[in-house]
Amino acid sequence: MNGESATGDNDDGPLIDARGLTFGYTAAPVVDDVDLRVDRGEYVGIIGPNGSGKSTLLRLLLGLHEPDSGSVELLGHPAREFAERERVGYVAQDVTKDEKRMPITVAEVVLMGRFPHAGFGRVTQADRDRAREALRTVGIEHLADRRITALSGGQRQRTYIARALAGEAELLVLDEPTVGVDAESVDAFFDLLDDLVADGLTVLLVEHDIGAVIERTARVVCLNREVYFDGPPVAFAESDALDRAYGTNIRREAGGIVT
Amino acid sequence: MNGSAGSAAVPLLGAPYDLLDWLVGRWSDGLGWVGETLGIGMLDYVFMHHAFLVGALIAVMAPLIGTFLVHRQLALIGDALAHTAFAGVAVGLFVNSLLGTGISPYVTAIVVAVLAALAIELISETTDAYNDVSMAIVLSTGFALGAVLISINTGGLAVGINQYLFGNLATVSRENAVLLVVLFAIVSLVVTVTYKQLLYVTFDETAARVAGINVPWYNRLMTTLTALVVVGAMQIMGVILVAAMLVVPVAAAAQVARGFREALLASVLLAELAVLVGITLSYHYEATAGGTIVLVAVAVYILMVLAGKVQSARAVDEDAPSDAAVGERAVGEPSDD
Repeated sequence: MNGESATGDNDDGPLIDARGLTFGYTAAPVVDDVDLRVDRGEYVGIIGPNGSGKSTLLRLLLGLHEPDSGSVELLGHPAREFAERERVGYVAQDVTKDEKRMPITVAEVVLMGRFPHAGFGRVTQADRDRAREALRTVGIEHLADRRITALSGGQRQRTYIARALAGEAELLVLDEPTVGVDAESVDAFFDLLDDLVADGLTVLLVEHDIGAVIERTARVVCLNREVYFDGPPVAFAESDALDRAYGTNIRREAGGIVT
Repeated sequence: MNGSAGSAAVPLLGAPYDLLDWLVGRWSDGLGWVGETLGIGMLDYVFMHHAFLVGALIAVMAPLIGTFLVHRQLALIGDALAHTAFAGVAVGLFVNSLLGTGISPYVTAIVVAVLAALAIELISETTDAYNDVSMAIVLSTGFALGAVLISINTGGLAVGINQYLFGNLATVSRENAVLLVVLFAIVSLVVTVTYKQLLYVTFDETAARVAGINVPWYNRLMTTLTALVVVGAMQIMGVILVAAMLVVPVAAAAQVARGFREALLASVLLAELAVLVGITLSYHYEATAGGTIVLVAVAVYILMVLAGKVQSARAVDEDAPSDAAVGERAVGEPSDD
């Protein structure tokens, strides 16, 4: 589902290249001098305590904030230019909440993934077919005509991933995707991400569940304002980065670490 | 305003105006013929032909825009813009009596409402939120300005302001009908072209930005279109009730529709029902049209709420919620920034 789309001349370059990234909502930086490079096909999990700037970092990488200093290149373009954005799929935080009672079906949400391709033109049958195929890939084709608000948290997660797939995204960015999703669905969700990564998708996620990140991803970035660790999960588990980043307020449990 | 409004508009628009004027004339002929053939008394009057035309067009464009507003919790914007449009009417009347010009107050209303729309966007972009307070301030400023200008002017003004506050079927002139056809054409064309972008922004603003959609630009577009719709609908609905057309049919449609397109279509159909029934009733009972239309729309809304309850009760019977759907609400913690 990816790799087949025509891409620019920067195919071999990193999908994300952030250098010296510093940003603060006030004078105090929330993200301080962060370097992060994500190459094609990587599976990266960003963890950190609450208020550590994980989501802010993600927003910076996506160009949603102007950094105070440093630079971000996304897909080889400065992030603030929002170029070639059909290649990026984004699943926002709190998509499982429904304070909005907007009537919209699952199929309609997934079709939005095709909108950047269609521009001001019409949505074609080919677009609909691709959206349908994406629904099949994430295993919720049977829910296509349901209202999105009638779905469970896990099913909604899949809808948003299907939207990214329908858009032929090469990079999937997820902000705390498992918040509000039950444990069983979380496992199934990470299984789905494994499959997508195996198919060549690049995945970057921010996650509060440290255990899941260590267990599932191929690279851990531990953040608390600055980068405390960036490397393979095994090395991370053996390092003291977690204690340093989270402070002493932590307990270790079998099979996972919970703040 | 009668007549004078048209004479001001004619040199501005020229040939296209003549064409639209001709079309409105044919519509009037057609309805007159229908009235005569079927023996419908109210269709003997040309102003009723215009009222039905204007009403039918309003019932398309108000819910069209309203659907995007309501689902972003921006229902109040319509109200705020209507009240600033009232200031625009007052400016028009003021300028006319001061300079002796014949500008249609609806034209000045459009200008002022669009400026207010852009001001609201500017406030929300700089404060990063559409908040009730700034909206309420814009609303009261507009209305206060209108009230003051009109009171200063009272001596020289023959025209009452009631028709602007409450709307009036009888004052829908041919010129105003033409103006509404133009507004309708602009609004429906723009929404057709930008439908996908507007939907994306309405559903998920952050994801829309990530996808490269220029969200501030579409927000400005949306509020500007709202200003146009509000001024267009003001003739019949009046300043005070015009926002109801943006909100009530949309809320009614949301009760029964599953998809967005479906909701859009349903809201237009329900609005048409409310407007046509409302105008007919107001003619027969000599009641104010705006109020009657809103009451009918609210009745339709209540019916739809009940229909929605029945529908969802049936859906629950058909498929009980899966285990996965139960008990996952409370899990998790909020954002870190």
